[in-house]
Amino acid sequence: MSLEKNQKPQTAEEKKKSEMLLFLSSSEEKEHFLSKANRKILKDPLDDNNPITVQVLGICSALAITVQLKPAIVMSLAVVFVMAFSNVIISLLRNSIPSRIRIIVQLVVVASMVILVDQILKAYAFDVSKQLSIFIGLIITNCIIMGRLEAFALGNGVYKSFLDGIGNAAGYGLILIIVAFFRELFGSGKLLGYEILGHKGVTLAESTGLYALGYEDNGFFLLSPMALIVVGVLIWIQRARNRKLIEEN
Amino acid sequence: MDLINLFVKSIFIENMIFAYFLGMCSYLAVSKTVKTAVGLGLAVIFVLLITVPVNYLLDNYLLQPGALSWLGSEFASVDLSFLSFIMFIAVIASMVQLVEMIVEKFAPALYGSLGIFLPLIAVNCAILGGSLFMQQKDFSGIEGAAVYGLGSGIGWFLAILAIAAIREKIAYSNVPAPLKGLGITFIITGLMAIGFMSFMGIKL
Repeated sequence: MSLEKNQKPQTAEEKKKSEMLLFLSSSEEKEHFLSKANRKILKDPLDDNNPITVQVLGICSALAITVQLKPAIVMSLAVVFVMAFSNVIISLLRNSIPSRIRIIVQLVVVASMVILVDQILKAYAFDVSKQLSIFIGLIITNCIIMGRLEAFALGNGVYKSFLDGIGNAAGYGLILIIVAFFRELFGSGKLLGYEILGHKGVTLAESTGLYALGYEDNGFFLLSPMALIVVGVLIWIQRARNRKLIEEN
Repeated sequence: MDLINLFVKSIFIENMIFAYFLGMCSYLAVSKTVKTAVGLGLAVIFVLLITVPVNYLLDNYLLQPGALSWLGSEFASVDLSFLSFIMFIAVIASMVQLVEMIVEKFAPALYGSLGIFLPLIAVNCAILGGSLFMQQKDFSGIEGAAVYGLGSGIGWFLAILAIAAIREKIAYSNVPAPLKGLGITFIITGLMAIGFMSFMGIKL
């Protein structure tokens, strides 16, 4: 906006250029790269406005792939990528999308991003891609992405949307990694595939570490119900600490 | 017999909610009262029943490696399977739109009761999940896909109906404050999932 007041563009070319600048910076005005407001956008989703425990978005895929830490980390990275860039694209297009067909436009943009991720994973990390099976595809309908596109990218500038995408995907990934950490540790006594609690042999004498003391893995943590209960307990802990999040009913 | 087996399996053993957590977002958001839960559940059954067989046809006659051979032998080596996500979601989004218009025209009462849930279904993970699982399971005929779609829809319906009924009752209970609402719903769903695990291994 300030651009328009200060200088009157002489030629058509210059006018076009300044319009372009305006378009790119319309909502950012003259803000510092990581100003307080921008940091808030980035930081809020990690705790106060966490996509999983507070906004209740994106739970579908969050639970199914948390049996082990590695797929959870890969999934978080995939979501960070898809979310940041689909937020940027939708934010660039936000003034030219007719609101009636915006859902389909959003789905197409997200789907193309997900296809990219899927093909890259298939090429460079095939075993992880097999483990994640259909859940990479399900990023398309991950409500967290659609939700942020609707709630944020359609009404905000490019850079802010980018930060919002990164922040929300990081908040999502944080929960994913915490849940996967506990499930893999208690369920199979490993982290990222390393046996950190010692090696479990066939007999007590062959075992090392905790297993030599008679420790047993809790196989129940590997089953799906436990993911729900772990997230429930996480929500409990978060809200006990941060009491303004408590629901009325 | 295989179809009955598949039907029971997709309702109880491979339940969309309790085994795969698909469609959790709307499951948690729309389960505050039984009435709305029933509306959304019916819409999900309906859409799954239509989209899974349609996507089955699409997958088998368009997308799979060699699926285009009905066009002529020179197309036999074409593999379009990388397009399946975008095709499936396009089919789902347009089917939901179509279903919405048909229901509005021919069954206004049903349309009134489903309300805003129909358009919301396009982004329900359970719908896309149904199609993607169908692709993985590689059914031999379209009837398998249709039965699978119907079964997983009914399974989803049962799950949301049950949690809505429990949540209506639990409003009167003395739940610890930080656990109220979302937290307790998660834990109850976990306990219900343990219950559903007892169906595991059933074969007809």
